[in-house]
Amino acid sequence: MSLDVSSLYFSYARNSRLILDDVSFSVKEGDLLAVLGPNGVGKSTMFRCILGFLPHYQGNIRLNGRDIRTMDHKKIAKYIAYIPQSTYPVFNYTVFDVVLMGLTNQVSLLASPNQRHIDEAYAAMENLGIAHLQNAGYGEISGGERQLALIARALVQKAKILIMDEPTANLDYGNQFRVMCRISDLAGEGYSIILSTHNPDHAFLYANRTLMISGGRVIADGTPEEVLNAQLIKDVYGVDVHIEDYQYGSRRHKLCIPIDGGVGKHE
Amino acid sequence: MADAVQISHSSSDRKLPNYRLRFILLILSVVVCIVGSFAVGRYSLGISDVVLVFLSSLFSAANSVFSHYDAFFSIFFSFYPLTVMMEMLSAFFAGIFDLFPLTLPGPGTWDFAVYSVLFNIRLPRICSAILVGAALSTAGAAYQGMFQNPLVSPDILGASTGAGFGAAMAIYWDLGSCAITMFAFAGGLIAVGVAYLISHLTRGSATLSMVLSGILIGSLFSATTSYIKLVADTDDQLPAITYWLMGSLAGATVDDVIFAGIVIVIGFVPLYLLRWRMNVLTLDEDEARSMGVNTNLLRLIVIICATLVTAVAVSISGIIGWIGLVIPHFCRMIFGYDYRRIIPAAAIMGAGFLLLVDDFSRTIATTEVPLGILTAFVGAPIFAYLLMMGGKRS
Repeated sequence: MSLDVSSLYFSYARNSRLILDDVSFSVKEGDLLAVLGPNGVGKSTMFRCILGFLPHYQGNIRLNGRDIRTMDHKKIAKYIAYIPQSTYPVFNYTVFDVVLMGLTNQVSLLASPNQRHIDEAYAAMENLGIAHLQNAGYGEISGGERQLALIARALVQKAKILIMDEPTANLDYGNQFRVMCRISDLAGEGYSIILSTHNPDHAFLYANRTLMISGGRVIADGTPEEVLNAQLIKDVYGVDVHIEDYQYGSRRHKLCIPIDGGVGKHE
Repeated sequence: MADAVQISHSSSDRKLPNYRLRFILLILSVVVCIVGSFAVGRYSLGISDVVLVFLSSLFSAANSVFSHYDAFFSIFFSFYPLTVMMEMLSAFFAGIFDLFPLTLPGPGTWDFAVYSVLFNIRLPRICSAILVGAALSTAGAAYQGMFQNPLVSPDILGASTGAGFGAAMAIYWDLGSCAITMFAFAGGLIAVGVAYLISHLTRGSATLSMVLSGILIGSLFSATTSYIKLVADTDDQLPAITYWLMGSLAGATVDDVIFAGIVIVIGFVPLYLLRWRMNVLTLDEDEARSMGVNTNLLRLIVIICATLVTAVAVSISGIIGWIGLVIPHFCRMIFGYDYRRIIPAAAIMGAGFLLLVDDFSRTIATTEVPLGILTAFVGAPIFAYLLMMGGKRS
């Protein structure tokens, strides 16, 4: 399963500001692509183009070589699942009901899920370690558990590309870690994952590719270790950072530490 | 909690409340309501009388139908085992029918007035209460899901005010009861149609602009209705319009019931079949589309069906508020949020609730109390209670 985006341009109205300006990248099986960039640079717009919600783009988005403009929502949903930021739901469905919704594509229009579908939904929840929450209200569990429920929902959709809009937004430190670990496990299982994040350390820790977007343009594309450097982060976010190599046991990683004024503790 | 994670689950030990039992209890209480409603009213009848009259007429009806089929079968089937079976069955039924006239009084022994009250007055009235209650609650549940707003009611798109305008026109022109129903139905559909067209010409969120244009059209139609009331004859037309607008099933005829029944079934069947899909449609637009749902088309189908049943319900009953708002909430408390259960539960509970309210409307005062007034008196406290309960849970 591969996704190729080439020369993607997008603006909401003719002659208005370009939200996406010549964006190109591709994702292969097992990739975990972290998309970085300041608020409002077009990350979400890019995701919406890929998901087929915004058809009036220029350029090409190809799934396994096939233009997504020739595919309807049902077809795209077979290949790409979308995991939005977890929000508080209007109706307090049980976690199980939420996961079951991922089967929409596989249950015929006028039918309800059968036992096989129910077992699939159950297996996905077990896979993500939230099976014990099945009858809890989706609005009553923690943000991290909600995010895992949405990931389980995407898994039962059986799409191999997962697009996640800031999966760690609004999560506490522990939940950020647990959710990111599950996501990186999924990449290991062969899913292709595109996620947006604001934390360069998440790119260093979990991603094998990173895409830096600023002003609608791709300004860096490569492995996080190659492309994420102090100069790039200074240019994009306006923050002075120090990138530190560290070793803990057998693991070697990079770490991004802000060093700008006011950050150091006053003694 | 940690222990719960380690226990290996299978789908069979999902612990959910026993919804089947709750459905059975709900249906039973509605059946009790129906039987009770036949006995309640100005012409008082004992429950046992009601049951006896119904059983005897049921048996005589079954008898005539069966003897008809008996002849049918003996002509067309000479197939041996079937014929034998049919003959045994017919002997069995003949035995029963020989037996029952001895214990059950036949139609002839009943006072004509009892029949008249039961079949010409109460039966259409009870049927229309069931139809209207089921229609408004189901439509309310569907609207709340489609607009992702639990405070929406079935007249949000102007169906009720449009219907009120149509009815007021028909009363003003002295067109008779059948025309009132038809005008009300047409008025409801026109109001929603115009609201939909306006929402299409506006920018921004589709659901929000639909609600806003519904409110706009609603207030326009209610202003027009006010004007008709102003110019209407104060001796008979004005009271008739006012009474119609407050909602009543007193005038429900057999024709009304048949017309409304057919349209409500036509609108209800798609809602029932699409009930699981409605869960997905209550999500954010992008989220639903990313799961492969053609949200625009499905939402439109659900809204059209809900509007159809609302318009036809209002056309035979007048404007009855609160049911479409309160009953879906009550259903969620008892049956959870899954639309697979909400749609049938809302239909059954709405039917039972309106039947009960209509019984009160017939009995609590010397004149009939309009339903719109009673549902407000019952609905508002229930809704306040639900709001407080909801506040405690979250």
